[in-house]
Amino acid sequence: MSDPLFKVVDLTIGWDETVVQRGATFEIERGSIFAILGSSGCGKSTMLRYLVGLEAPLSGSITIDGLAPDQSVPGRPLFGVMFQSGALLGSLTVGENVALPLQAWTCLPPDAIGGIVAAKLRLVGLEHAEGRMPSELSGGMCKRAGIARAMALEPDLLFLDEPSAGLDPVSAVELDELILSLNQQLGLTFVVVTHDLESIFKISKSCIMLDRESKSIIARGDPRVLRDTSTDPRVHSFFNRTPLEVTS
Amino acid sequence: MPPAFGIEQVQTSADQGEIRIHGSLRFAEAAPLWTELRRLETSAARGQTLNFEMSAVQRIDGGAMALLACLRAELQRRGVKSEFVAADAHVQRIIHLYGGDHAVARLKRRRPLGTLDQLGRATISILLEVKLVLAFFGQMVVAGAGVLRSPRSANWRELPATMERSGADAVPVILLINFLVGVAMAFQSAAQLKQFGANILVADLIGISICRELGPLMTAIVVCGRSGAAFAAELGFMQVNEEIDALRTMGFGPMRYLVLPRALALILVVPLLTLLADVAGVLGGLVVGVTSLDLTVRGYLNQTARVVSLWDISSGVIKSMVFAFAVALIACQQGLATSGGAEGVGRRTTSTVVITMFTLILVDAVTTVLFRMAGL
Ligand SMILES: Nc1ncnc2c1ncn2[C@@H]1O[C@H](COP(=O)(O)OP(=O)(O)O)[C@@H](O)[C@H]1O
Ligand SMILES: [Mg+2]
Repeated sequence: MSDPLFKVVDLTIGWDETVVQRGATFEIERGSIFAILGSSGCGKSTMLRYLVGLEAPLSGSITIDGLAPDQSVPGRPLFGVMFQSGALLGSLTVGENVALPLQAWTCLPPDAIGGIVAAKLRLVGLEHAEGRMPSELSGGMCKRAGIARAMALEPDLLFLDEPSAGLDPVSAVELDELILSLNQQLGLTFVVVTHDLESIFKISKSCIMLDRESKSIIARGDPRVLRDTSTDPRVHSFFNRTPLEVTS
Repeated sequence: MPPAFGIEQVQTSADQGEIRIHGSLRFAEAAPLWTELRRLETSAARGQTLNFEMSAVQRIDGGAMALLACLRAELQRRGVKSEFVAADAHVQRIIHLYGGDHAVARLKRRRPLGTLDQLGRATISILLEVKLVLAFFGQMVVAGAGVLRSPRSANWRELPATMERSGADAVPVILLINFLVGVAMAFQSAAQLKQFGANILVADLIGISICRELGPLMTAIVVCGRSGAAFAAELGFMQVNEEIDALRTMGFGPMRYLVLPRALALILVVPLLTLLADVAGVLGGLVVGVTSLDLTVRGYLNQTARVVSLWDISSGVIKSMVFAFAVALIACQQGLATSGGAEGVGRRTTSTVVITMFTLILVDAVTTVLFRMAGL
């Protein structure tokens, strides 16, 4: 087995007084689709912020290919990130948002950039929205535009925060297909935060599940195996959509 | 219409009571229900038992159940044992849904802070804020040096639009305010100067005080209210909306992409606005001089030109550049420090204006004293 792309060792994340997750240790293989699961508010988005280097770990370490991700020094990004809200720049059109990284980090002429932007927007099904402002899009459309922007520079690592939440079933399935084909044909690595069980089972072969109460990782491995074999009631109820009995 | 519920209290033994509820409990009748229950509930003391007897309840809705559950929790916190008893299956389900059968968590009591404690905390938070602004200043200088080496690494596309919004669009209000300041000052001094027959000195007074002090200061205050607040709100919204984080992950530092272009825009336009302000202020003085001090237009302007030196004007312009930088620095720092949604944006916009006003006055006082000490 090749070395992992991502190594997280004993990572503690949170804000000044509040710890969100403690002692997280996991690895992400190159070329895999890695899912981060858990109930809402358990710290998945926060974990993603640390993985992409937006926050410095309270303790522990994160390395990509042996280097720490660090956004404090600007430079051509090593990976693409789609935030939970899409995070499009409100002052630019959808097309300009996707073009932004291309203009800054390539020396392509404007017509070539235009071609790439149109192609990326077509991939996520937004070819008709290129000239619209983000405020005129629905939540799901903003997310898809965010994915197109994250893919603009052809990164081989993509982080997606709840890509299919808020999408209609057809778009959600198309998005899964897109992720799978990018992964299988181009060998892209994905780190996906998601709640969508169908999509988890379809695309992902390795995952971790975070828990809010114990502030730790409560399960790891292949989600299908976890669904069938896990004895932890929290994991069981997540994968089988059954309510967790409150014990008090 | 009489209420659809009835309540009675029964004392079953010395330290055991029951509140018997019957009929149907609806949220529409919440107010009489609450008053009635409150009245009964106060009689129970620590160590006693006061159960809610629910067997005769035919219907209960969510709002009414929430009130009952709240009362039960309060009783338990006071040390009174209290449960819902003898409920029908369908009522029991609602009781369960609203947590009427859960253990009651203890309330964490927060002790209010003492005055001295609050004062200390407030002082520390102000000092921390100052430290953050200074740190931001340092980062800005570093990023600025980087941009000087490779000017293309900053985002200059928004510069013209920002200059227009902060500069050209502010011209009418700057002219009007400074004209009125000139008028008001001239009127105030006219009365004094007339007594000594020193009418012409109004031109000296207005010319020097407007060019050295009031022109730059009033301009900076207007720019702070217009552009400073706008920058803070804009960047604050971007921060809250994760746009800043998205920019970072695309390799754009917010300094080069957002802060430096805005700071440069202000440093370029505020001196020009200040020159316009000087002219407007002198014109305000002129109007008063001509209409109520028997001065001629030519006489007033000649006197102004004779006493106002180039240094009076240029020291004002230098000050205005410092002011412009201070406005941009504080507004961008506060904007980028925003957290907590729309309310956070509002809070940071307010604090931008307050901190900037204070800083402007402070910087003005310090520079005036420094210039005087240097004999300028
Ligand atoms: N800026 C913040 N300051 C303090 N706490 C936060 C902040 N943002 C999120 N949290 C808290 O951190 C926890 C994890 O949030 P998040 O990572 O967004 O959860 P999710 O797993 O749903 O993506 C939540 O309990 C939330 O209340
Ligand atoms: Mg989230």
